[in-house]
Order: sequence, then structure tokens, then C-alpha cells
Amino acid sequence: MEAINIKIAGLGGMGVLSASHVLAETLFLAGYDVKKAEVHGMSQRGGSVASDIRFGTRILSPMIPVGEVDFLLALAPEWVDLHRAELRPTGRLLTPDSVAGLANSRSLNVALLGALSRFLLIPETVWHAALAKAFPEKLHASNLAAFQLGREGKGPHLQ
Amino acid sequence: MSKPKRIIELNPHGIALLSGDEAIALAALHCGVTLGTGYPGTPSTEILETFADLGGNAQWAPNEKVAAEVALGVAFASGRTLLTMKHVGLNVAADVLFTAAYSGVTGGYVLVCADDPGMASSQNEQDTRRYAVAAGVPMLEPSDSQEAYDFTGLAFEISERWQIPVILRVTTRVCHSHSSVHPHRKFTEPLKPGFVRNIPERVMVPAHARPAHRRLRKKLAEIEEWNVENGPNWTIPGSENLGLIASGVAAMHALEAAPEAALLKLGMTHPLPMKLIRDFAANYKRCVAIEEGDPYLNDALRAAGIALEPRLESYRFGELNVNRVRHLLAGGEEPQTTPPRGKPPQLCEGCPHRSTFSVLKELDCIVAGDIGCYTLAAMPPLQAMDTQICMGASIGVGLGMRHTLPEEQARRVVSVIGDSTFLHSGVTGLIEMAYNTPATGHVVIIVDNGITAMTGLQEHPGTGRALDHSRAGRVVPEEIARALGIPNVQVFNPVKELDRFKQELQCALESGMLSVFVARQPCILAFGKIKAYEKAIAETAGDCACAQPVAE
Repeated sequence: MEAINIKIAGLGGMGVLSASHVLAETLFLAGYDVKKAEVHGMSQRGGSVASDIRFGTRILSPMIPVGEVDFLLALAPEWVDLHRAELRPTGRLLTPDSVAGLANSRSLNVALLGALSRFLLIPETVWHAALAKAFPEKLHASNLAAFQLGREGKGPHLQ
Repeated sequence: MSKPKRIIELNPHGIALLSGDEAIALAALHCGVTLGTGYPGTPSTEILETFADLGGNAQWAPNEKVAAEVALGVAFASGRTLLTMKHVGLNVAADVLFTAAYSGVTGGYVLVCADDPGMASSQNEQDTRRYAVAAGVPMLEPSDSQEAYDFTGLAFEISERWQIPVILRVTTRVCHSHSSVHPHRKFTEPLKPGFVRNIPERVMVPAHARPAHRRLRKKLAEIEEWNVENGPNWTIPGSENLGLIASGVAAMHALEAAPEAALLKLGMTHPLPMKLIRDFAANYKRCVAIEEGDPYLNDALRAAGIALEPRLESYRFGELNVNRVRHLLAGGEEPQTTPPRGKPPQLCEGCPHRSTFSVLKELDCIVAGDIGCYTLAAMPPLQAMDTQICMGASIGVGLGMRHTLPEEQARRVVSVIGDSTFLHSGVTGLIEMAYNTPATGHVVIIVDNGITAMTGLQEHPGTGRALDHSRAGRVVPEEIARALGIPNVQVFNPVKELDRFKQELQCALESGMLSVFVARQPCILAFGKIKAYEKAIAETAGDCACAQPVAE
């Protein structure tokens, strides 16, 4: 299969890196070849953070070529314009608007993964397992709720 | 080995998804490394942290040179040692490496050096491959996490077989990218540590070093031969029109950018397997080396008479990616694209450095700065730093300016250095200040936030805690300054005692008295963690009657 490319973008502290960790883990548990590339270092100082996740039968470069992003998860609206040019013409954009009705904005990263999960043929149990593995137990219930909210697509129609 | 905090879980196929840094740490564990040592530096920092979490014995050294020396002692004693640093750290450790190449080692000595093409978090994009050539040591370059794991083991094997230090050169995208690793544990067994006297090979006086240099060159010739026959290099056949030669992550970009091309992927890039490369290149109408950074392969292969297409200068800058390799292969000038920049990093809200630098700005100081989070003070809105070059440079550069500037300007010069950076290489600058004192005196401000913040909150000798946050010895910067005879040494809280700090600074600048001010307030990101570490230490000490409290 062709590589499928997902980019997650936002600001340090928004949960870009934890979302990309859960996503990569989910894809890995589902049996795909996965590569994830991100630049650490300055992310704790409030700068922009972006993570590339690629999966398929065999992934080569860990970085998504410009214009080949299939799904862009932008954790805040300003990251949409910044990365729009990297999307494929058929690429999908998932933004905070895609998960309207979220009770706690700290779960936005997980809710966006829920929204993304509608497009990927991965059993829900695998997502749940990766989420449970990545976060402390006290967050499991709220994460699951945020994930379901995104997955059930109560937000506005996706762009 | 201590009790592991973390165990790497494998899937039913025996595979884990790991970063390159984690894969190196896991291989080091499986190789039976006696001691891991280094100095934190992005993107290499997580190697020793992971190694310690997995139960390995790891420690932070004050700087890379000391780490390289400690590592050499381990290898002289027949232990295996993993030495980690970022590319610029090797400048500090180079003195050790060049002569350790002569002396050789007994136990495996693997230096992991992490380059940062594109400078995601560095002050330059120097290319460690040049060091392998200059020092005369073998070098391996993994392209993903599996190779990071495999090559770490291979590096120990080569190091012990030829009794030579080996560089494992990684880059940001290898260190911080995650990919599948099958940890097979098929590594040679370590030696049994013990002292063997061997003065001619361990004491590098000229009479011993002359034959040692000849031995080194002979080893390299043997290793090149081995690299041609059995090295970690592989070929993918392809169209006779295009043959690519690449190493590291660039090989992955090349494979994706030109699936029709043949590829010679080099795993050991020093000494280069020249016969292998020559035989490969002869088969293709067009031959191109795909590499990040310096034209290392380009220069070496062309010098050896291999018909390689010359590389455009623009590809020297920044990191490669699939798009850039496509452009390179299409030929012609590279289109100038600016990648999305987003929001630049800045000093955190509530960071104690903000108050310190606001005073320096208010007093219109000429600030010789250093490496750390506080370098962000050079950016708007503060713009309160005038120079930054390398670890520890603030003090020497400040002194040089004091010696040279007209008096009115000289009196405004201050050197600002972080706590970890001061202990890394600021101490010798302070000795210089005490020894060659400028006519106008000088002021050094140690911005002590109690942690190595920039690289992700690592411990250092000033924190009194070891890499794993357990109790260790503590080195106190102001005590060093006092011991050097600096007359005006004061400690401030830069947030709570801002006015006093400002008055004393003004006074020191005017009087010309040699001064060291320690602006001490914990990093806002580390504050909670430091409390937790200290609490854990206190609890452990409570359990153990022999534990001694550490004096402040």
C-alpha cells in the first residue's frame, strides 16, 4: 500500500507530541510499518511543534514530502495556513472546529485523533489500548470521552 | 545495573517502535556496557537517559572532554563504554579522541555524536564525518532505528576487534524519528574488566606515539579492507541510467525520491570502502552522491577518480528531505523555498532569566552571552545579549572586549552564563579573569536556574543530584569564585531581590571591582520536579541509617 501521511501541528504544550505518540503507537499495534519524525529541543519554550507520522507496508523517509500530507491535524487555527501548502489536493484538514462541543480544551489532541480515526481502518480497541498505554490512569475516562466525541463527528462538517 | 524504571515491550513479532536514541540505548544495554557517560545536547540527550531508565549505569559529566576521558578509563580497564554528545561537544572532547585513536583501547569505546543539519537546536551545522577522518577513527552511520540498534553493537565489535575508538554518527532525524526495531541481541560478549600494564601503548610520549601512529594507519587499512568485503553496506539494483550513493537518513530520502535508481547505501563511511564504491559507480551512466552537510562523499569519491556528478553548493545548507533530493536529481538550481516557520521559541512566562535580562537592558550593558535557554534573551522584545558563540565563551569574550573597548564602553561589559554552562567550561574563563584582570575589572553573572534547562532538564554537578536524580556530590559556583579570590561574590534571587541586584550591579560596573553574581531561582519548568526529586532523596535517606545529609 502507498504510504499514508499525517501531520500534527500546534504550539509547544498543546499536546502535539503526545498525540503523535498515541497515533504512531496505534498504527504500530495495528501492524503497519510506521515512522514518526519530530524535532524536539525548543518545543518546551512555547515555539511551534510539528510531528510527521507515516504508515504503510514499508516507509522510507521519516519526513512527509511537501504536498503529500493526507491528513493535517491543526491544534489551533493559525497552524492551518502555516501548513496548508503541505496538504495533497485530496488531503483532509482536521481543526478544533472538527470536534465542537469539547468540554476540556486540554483533550483537544485526543479528540482530533478521534476525528482522524473515522478515516482510518483501525479497530477501535487498538486506539483505546494505545490511549490507555500513553496516559496515566486518572485521564483514561476523560480521554475516552474526548476520543468518542471526535470519532462520532458531532462537530461541523469536515472540510 | 540498577532496577529498570522502564522495560521495552515487544509486539508478538518481537518488534518495538523506538526512536534512534532509544535504540542505541537498548543496544548498549544488550552489549553489556559498563558505563555510559556524556554531556546533554540535543538531539543526543535521550540516549543516556533511556539507558539509565532501562537499568544501565549512566552519568552526566561536567563536559564532553571529561566524559571522553572517563570513558577512556573504562575502555583501558576492558569495560565497554558508551560516550554521547552533540556535534559541537566533540570540539570539546576532540583532544581526547585524537590521541585515544593512537593509544587504542581494550574494551569497546563507542562515541555517539549527534549532528544537527539545519540547526534545529544548535549554533552551527558542523559535520562529524570530518572528525572521523581527522582523528583517524572508524565511523558508522545508521539511517533508522533498526540500524541505530545494529550499528551500536557492530561499533563495539569493531572497537574491540581493532582496539580503536569508533564513532557512531547520527543526525537529528535518526535520533528523534521513531521506527521499528527488532532487538535480536546478537552481539559479542564483553571482556572481563581488569588492569593490564601496557606502558608503550598507554603513555603517549613521542617515543611511544610514533609507532602508535603507524599502528593506527595499519588498523585503518585493515578496517577499509573489511568494510569492502564485510562492511554494513548494501546495494539495491536499479536502472543503469542512475546510481545513487548515500548514507544515513539521506539514503532513505534517496530511496523514496528515486525508486527507479540503483542505490549503494553505505553503513560505514570511514574508512570508505573505495573498491566497493568504484565497482558500483562503474555500472551507471550517471552517478550521484546524496548527502547532507559537507560534500564529504562528493570530495572523497571525486578525489579517488570516481566519475561523480558534482553537487550544487546549495545542498550544503540545511537538512535534506525527499523534495530536495528530487530537485537535486532533476538538476539545475535549487528552488528557494522557505519552510513554514510558525512561532519562534521564547523565554517561558515566569522564567527567572526574564528579570535578570530586563536589568541588563535597563543598564544598557554590553552582554557577552552563552549557550542555554537564556540565549533567547537576544531575541525581541528583550534583545539583551550581544554575543553568543559556544559553551563557556561568555567570560573570555567579555574579558577580551574589556581589554579593548574605550573605557566608557568597557565598563558596561558583563558576561552572562548559565549554571550548567559555567561548570561545563566557564570555570577556566573565571580563572582567566582572576589572572589577566582587565583595567576596568569585570562582572560575571551566573544565571543559576538549578538545572540544564535547554536540553530538557538534566542534572549537572551544581544540582547535587546524579543523572537518575539520586543524591550526588554538589559543586557550588560561588564557592569556586571565592576560592579564586574574586573580591565581590554575591548571590541574589533575580525575581524577589531585583532592586538589590540592580543596585549591586550598577555599583560593580562603576567601581570596576571583579564581581561574580549568582542569580539563583529554579527554572519554572523544573521547579516541581526538583521538589519531587529532593523529596524522594529525603525519603530514601530516611530508610537508610548510614545516609549523610548534604551540607548547603
